[in-house]
Amino acid sequence: MIMVARKFADQVAASDPASKGMHMATTLTINGETKSFDAPPEMPLLWVLRDILGMTGTKFGCGIAQCGACTVHVDGKAVRSCVLPVSAVANRAVTTIEHVGSTPAGAKVQKAWLDAEVIQCGYCQSGQIMAAAALLAATPHPDDSDIDAAMAGNICRCGTYVRIREAIKQAASGRQS
Amino acid sequence: MNAHNDVSRRTLLTGGLATGFLLAFHLPLRAAGNEPVQRDVTDGKFAPNAFIRIDQTGRTVLMMPQVEMGQGTYTSISAVIAEELDADWSKVEVQHAPPNDKLYGNPTFGLQVTGNSNSIRAWWTPLRKAGATARAMLVQTAASQWGVEPSGCTASKGEVSHAASGRKLGYGELALAAQGQTPPKDVAVKDPRDFVLIGQPLKRLDTPDKVNGKALYGIDAILPGMKIAAIANCPVFGGKVGKVDDSAAVKLPGVRKVVVLDDAVAVIGDHMWAAKKGLEALKIEWNEGPNAGISTKDIWDDLRKASEKDGAIAKSDGDIAKALATGDKFEAAYELPFLAHASMEPINATVHVRPDACEIWTGTQIMTRVQSEAAKAAGVPVDKVIVNQHLLGGGFGRKLEPDMVVAAVNIAKQVDYPVKVVWTREEDIQHDVYRPVYRDQITASLVDGKIAGWKYKVAGSAVLARWLPPAFQKGIDIDAIDAAVDAPYDFANFHVEYVRAEPLSIPTGFWRGVGPNNNVFAVECAMDELARKAGKDPIEFRKSMLTRNPRMLAVLNHVAEKSGWGQPLPPRVGRGVCVQPSFASFIATVVEAEVDEFGEIALRRITSVVDTGIAVNPDTVKAQIEGGLIFGLTAALYGEITIDKGRVQQSNFHDYRMMRINETPKVEVIVVKSGEAPGGIGEAGVNAGPPALRNAILAATGVTLRRLPIDRKLLAAGKKA
Repeated sequence: MIMVARKFADQVAASDPASKGMHMATTLTINGETKSFDAPPEMPLLWVLRDILGMTGTKFGCGIAQCGACTVHVDGKAVRSCVLPVSAVANRAVTTIEHVGSTPAGAKVQKAWLDAEVIQCGYCQSGQIMAAAALLAATPHPDDSDIDAAMAGNICRCGTYVRIREAIKQAASGRQS
Repeated sequence: MNAHNDVSRRTLLTGGLATGFLLAFHLPLRAAGNEPVQRDVTDGKFAPNAFIRIDQTGRTVLMMPQVEMGQGTYTSISAVIAEELDADWSKVEVQHAPPNDKLYGNPTFGLQVTGNSNSIRAWWTPLRKAGATARAMLVQTAASQWGVEPSGCTASKGEVSHAASGRKLGYGELALAAQGQTPPKDVAVKDPRDFVLIGQPLKRLDTPDKVNGKALYGIDAILPGMKIAAIANCPVFGGKVGKVDDSAAVKLPGVRKVVVLDDAVAVIGDHMWAAKKGLEALKIEWNEGPNAGISTKDIWDDLRKASEKDGAIAKSDGDIAKALATGDKFEAAYELPFLAHASMEPINATVHVRPDACEIWTGTQIMTRVQSEAAKAAGVPVDKVIVNQHLLGGGFGRKLEPDMVVAAVNIAKQVDYPVKVVWTREEDIQHDVYRPVYRDQITASLVDGKIAGWKYKVAGSAVLARWLPPAFQKGIDIDAIDAAVDAPYDFANFHVEYVRAEPLSIPTGFWRGVGPNNNVFAVECAMDELARKAGKDPIEFRKSMLTRNPRMLAVLNHVAEKSGWGQPLPPRVGRGVCVQPSFASFIATVVEAEVDEFGEIALRRITSVVDTGIAVNPDTVKAQIEGGLIFGLTAALYGEITIDKGRVQQSNFHDYRMMRINETPKVEVIVVKSGEAPGGIGEAGVNAGPPALRNAILAATGVTLRRLPIDRKLLAAGKKA
């Protein structure tokens, strides 16, 4: 289905005579697939994902790297895509929420999130899950201060922090709630 | 949830939302007739009422009259219907209901609105009856086919059985025949002892798609040919657009069109980045209008002055003048600031205005109002406005307003393609409808250690007078005084007044916790101060005045025990309590907090005991209190919107702060078993946190705070206020 959305975006760009220059062809590896598109080099990765590639799992929250809703992985590390120019990640491996379940840490986190029933509105949770998956990949058995350090950049307005902490511990230990 | 169910629900949820990528497949079908994408198709189904659709395979689709914004209502509402229907829970799927006040209007409001912690409360009886009536029709159908008495048949997990003959028929097999039946009247609902779903911690139906990016919020709408718009609203409330120089903006790559509205300017681009860049390149001169000089100080000067007037009397029991003339007198004023909602999903709406119709993709708490307001803006009849409802990335009351949809219609009217209008976080914070500023005055007298007289005057904006004018009667905003007249204590002489005081130029609206978030704060702060004045422990003091309120007394006793109330604490650590009677739930909360020598606050522990009557989904009740506490404590610790030169000074999460995980203490929520009718829960936790924290600070430091957010300067070691 993502392909369909992308096709629309491509059609629009190709068929519209009002399209102006100044864009440049960029190639990224996203979720293991090579994607080529035209975008200004300074355009943040967030808007490339959402508005050019039609991958809406990564969320816009603040635009200034304050809330973490837009968190993706670049070479396995959690980064805020809302302030990351697309040119900075050319030829690097980008992983998004749509694909994080295929990594061992991501799959564990997704399962723990459902087992602990972490989620309320869910809008911030793509970013929370990406941050937690990066934490567990680097630190398989995090303590509370590791969790604070890795997750304090992610705001949840529904206030699910108590369960986020519990779910990370569950994911690390393999326990069920 | 097994794998099969998981897949079917996911498919329905995605398909039911009928938007985003999936729309690509629907669109060619739709283009011919301009019919809603999300039709309520009943052909070939058992559709006994507006809520239940069972097809011949037994697939059971429940139409949701209330919207899902995180509070878990899709799962709870489904459980209520499925319980009485005796549906197979594994076959239950949910779909947003289309806008229709007659079919889906909240029974309390007569409007298709989600708010005031009122989904389960209002729908509890009607949906149980809807489920039970449908079950009776299915049983009757099976009994007729078998030629037996319905009384000899039972229903369970989507099947009707006849024990005497061992025959069974699934609801899917009965669907077509049952559809011809006349619904019986006055079908009995279950005895709560027979509940199999209600009261169980059911897994939520909406969360599997929220861990993998598949869940679709309004902001995720994608349509063929769609463009993205960024908007700049006039920074001064009530101001208008003057002159716009777009010569630089229109030259930027990806910028398509500059749209000038009466009070806002939008740039439409190929993507949000182009739209934002275009907006930054505009030179806009605003006609700022008469409000350009207003500051927070002016607003507070006005409110303080207004609050000294006599108000409209909302309640007066006993002889308040006489009671206040006796004993030890107490007087205090409590002040609460403007607050923004700051839902994580920034404000957005996607609109396609076609020659004869207007189609909308958004997540709203007020579908029918969005539809009617869009119709006015688009100049088409209401029935030509299609509203595609989405999951909400938080609502908190902001999405009870249609303003963002009206602006999007006005932008989309000027082009022939669909436009998604996305507000930046800065626009979202600076163009909210704010939780009003309140000034609450409590005057009381103490005789023999008990409260002899209690006079409470609320002064603040009447949100209802704007939002639902018929509800504003005799000068009283029933929301603003909700938990003032409903105070849980035995006050023999009890007087409540309300002064309507609208803040200069600043739009006000409902904010999670609604009216009670001023009342619970004022009442519970005053109760602690009065306990101190009487030389009593704050919990013992409250208990002595809860003799007529056994449910409240029980949760208060319970929280005292679970929180370790009375056990020794280190210096500058205190416990504070809050008792609250809002939304027909009974909640007692203890916050334990430490104040360091610089006045900085660390939350150590929170314990909350909740009697919400029958808890349809106890895990959801627990989650709502946990999250509500954080929402309220965020406001107490950080929340304040201030005004300078008519403009909101805060703009994003760096200066409108939210609590984060590293500030979150251990939280224990205990949901007590109860057979009473369900109370509301989505708002309640919000109101518990601020007074309990403030009272903990009073216990830790002796400092009496009467204003939020908490001013750290007053709390440094050695300070007394």
